[in-house]
Amino acid sequence: MDTITRQQLIISGVGGQGVLFVTRLLAETAIFKGLPVLTAETHGMAQRGGTVISHLKIGDFSSPMIRHGQADGMLALRAENIPLHEAFVKTGGWIAANSPVPCTCQRSVSMHGVDADTHATSLGSPKSANLILLGFTLGGFTTDKTPLFCTLEEIKAVLELRFSNRPKLFQETTNCLDAGYRPGN
Amino acid sequence: MKKRKLMLGNEAIAQGLVENGCAVATSYPGTPASEILPAMADLKNETGVPGHVQWAVNEKIAFEIAYAACISGLRSAVSMKQVGLNVASDPLMSAAYMGTKAGFVVVSADDPGPHSSQTEQDSRLMAMMANIPVYDPDSPAHAKELTATAYEVSEAFRIPVMLRPTTRVCHCRQDILPGDIHPASFKPDFEKDPTRWAATPKFRYQLHGELKDKLRSIAAYPKTAPQRLNPGPTFPKAVVVSGVSAACAKEILKDMNLWEVLPLYQVVQPFPLHDAFISHLTQAYESVLVIEETAPVIEMQIADRHRVKGKMTGDVPSVGELLPEKIQELIAGFSGMSIPDHPESKSGGRRPTLCAGCPHRASFFAIKKAVPRGIYTGDIGCYTLGINLGVVDTVLCMGAAVSQAAGFYHAYKNQPRRPDIVATIGDSTFFHAGIPALVDAVVQDVRFVLVILDNSTTAMTGNQPTPALGRGACGEQLPHVDIESLVRGCGIRFCRQVDPYRVDDMVELMKEATAWSRENGPAVIISKHPCLLDRSRPSGNESAPVEVSDVCDGCGYCVQSFECPALVLNQELGRVTIDPMVCSRCGVCVHVCPKHALVPKTE
Repeated sequence: MDTITRQQLIISGVGGQGVLFVTRLLAETAIFKGLPVLTAETHGMAQRGGTVISHLKIGDFSSPMIRHGQADGMLALRAENIPLHEAFVKTGGWIAANSPVPCTCQRSVSMHGVDADTHATSLGSPKSANLILLGFTLGGFTTDKTPLFCTLEEIKAVLELRFSNRPKLFQETTNCLDAGYRPGN
Repeated sequence: MKKRKLMLGNEAIAQGLVENGCAVATSYPGTPASEILPAMADLKNETGVPGHVQWAVNEKIAFEIAYAACISGLRSAVSMKQVGLNVASDPLMSAAYMGTKAGFVVVSADDPGPHSSQTEQDSRLMAMMANIPVYDPDSPAHAKELTATAYEVSEAFRIPVMLRPTTRVCHCRQDILPGDIHPASFKPDFEKDPTRWAATPKFRYQLHGELKDKLRSIAAYPKTAPQRLNPGPTFPKAVVVSGVSAACAKEILKDMNLWEVLPLYQVVQPFPLHDAFISHLTQAYESVLVIEETAPVIEMQIADRHRVKGKMTGDVPSVGELLPEKIQELIAGFSGMSIPDHPESKSGGRRPTLCAGCPHRASFFAIKKAVPRGIYTGDIGCYTLGINLGVVDTVLCMGAAVSQAAGFYHAYKNQPRRPDIVATIGDSTFFHAGIPALVDAVVQDVRFVLVILDNSTTAMTGNQPTPALGRGACGEQLPHVDIESLVRGCGIRFCRQVDPYRVDDMVELMKEATAWSRENGPAVIISKHPCLLDRSRPSGNESAPVEVSDVCDGCGYCVQSFECPALVLNQELGRVTIDPMVCSRCGVCVHVCPKHALVPKTE
């Protein structure tokens, strides 16, 4: 299996959806795997319910910002953001979207959707759509191969360290990831 | 063995300052600098270093405290955002003349764009005006490295030193290997020298001369000279970059296969720019492109208008953030290369709004209802977003709500019909800059109502404590100052408190205060309810769920005039629905609907 050591990802949503949580989790997983990482985030006024975008670059980069047409993929926590941010994704890249209905976009990328809000609500964790979407992407959409640089196991290992003295939170978080991983189940 | 850690740029700066023995650290919150001080507080709680870490009431006070520590022989640091530096500029200018004893670092974080500020001014220009050196990091790791350089230069030349990160350093995360923090025994030793530390104007002339000499030496200091990043190529053109633009340029040159072709220089000390470097550029190259943020600080020091391209020549945009796409376009154009068309970016997206359940929303609704045709002066904080509700007409700078209200009053006071004037200010902002303005308003008998929006925190920047809370940056208990006593101490004769969730009470109180102020002088209402995001407060018993009854006819009044993000007007259904994922169950909207269509949920 090829190990991905260089990847550029966009995570997009609105304030309060946990865009920063997912960005940070992926970044810490990169460090766990011994890979260099840079992220760029939106804070403050921009975040109060407003549009939020994070850039995540794994590998030998110097700038934290992804240029248009350079991202390998995008996690879109809010489908309405796709027209706004799709320009970042490279031709032939992918978008994982939180959406109850199939989404389209102008770019020539593969689009994969999951109704993360509904799944999260049914788990009693309505604000965890971000984890469902991440789990879905780690599950490789309809294939077995995730486009991400890391596996579900590696993400869980990082969470275990982070939540080492909060077992309940660790369990809730991994439940949401698992639910997204195989949304049919 | 230490492991690499994911660190925010601000955390890396804090780590660097503390590893280099910072004893006293002060700050006032401001995006993008806010996380520096809490990171230093965490380190103090873990290691005992620094010795003293505090939020100050404003940046000027923060600076003055830290500077006194410096002249007592303790390494110190003050951090703030770029407009905060405006507030601290008074002590900065004076301190530069007087000099330092132990190292003194001023971290001023710029916000090109701007994303979260009233201006996108360049702190490096302030360093130039102050006659102090400034360092311009390109990444979190670089910022951490430069804290060591800053202290070294500060002590070698006895001068305050500025470190100037921008948003894409401050709020960028990078894997960094932390160094050791040495237990410190801080030994203060203030040596009296009033000729210097209390210098009178005549002696200032001499100090100014000393300062200019220091700058000349720093402009020849080998360790901070500009570096050529790619030693290979000989070419008649060169690119000069600093800060985040340097980080972008490094990648872009490699991606465009220009690394072996186009000489690239990185400037780490934009002021004073090394003299030898300026000469070298003008001798070796026909044309030089300078890419930096936000002002042409480096460019203006290379005083050759024919050879140098940049913001001053119109070749580089002089406003707005320099995004990597733009930098790529500039480098391509300069080197005569073409770049593939890339997709256009789209503007748009959701505007920021107050959180569902925010007490400010309730306050603004009450103000608008009680005083529908006023002049509304606003201020800086989450409550600036009252603009969405039509209850903020002006936002100038910290504390200006009060003084601008006075200004509007004086403009209109001799007219036959005077508008009602309502100023809104947050609790932290009131402490920061509102008090002197309120004293002035009392003395000048300004007829207006000041509403202090007291959510008992500094919210927009991440819920930092205020002087009224009695809690310090390290979580320690501290004495506190009560706002109502302060207000009365300023001479205000009408000061009442209300919970904005009790909308009808607040509407009545606003009407009463407005009527009173028309005849009698300035009135103050303290609208007090804790911030919903403040995790340090006990979780509020916000549980007054609401449902939309059949009375709702979709008039949209609640959506227009209350603008809670949980209220959604469903055009198809012709009525409003409540989004349960967003609703905070504050119950305030029950008092908003004029038709009483929003009712408490019976469960």
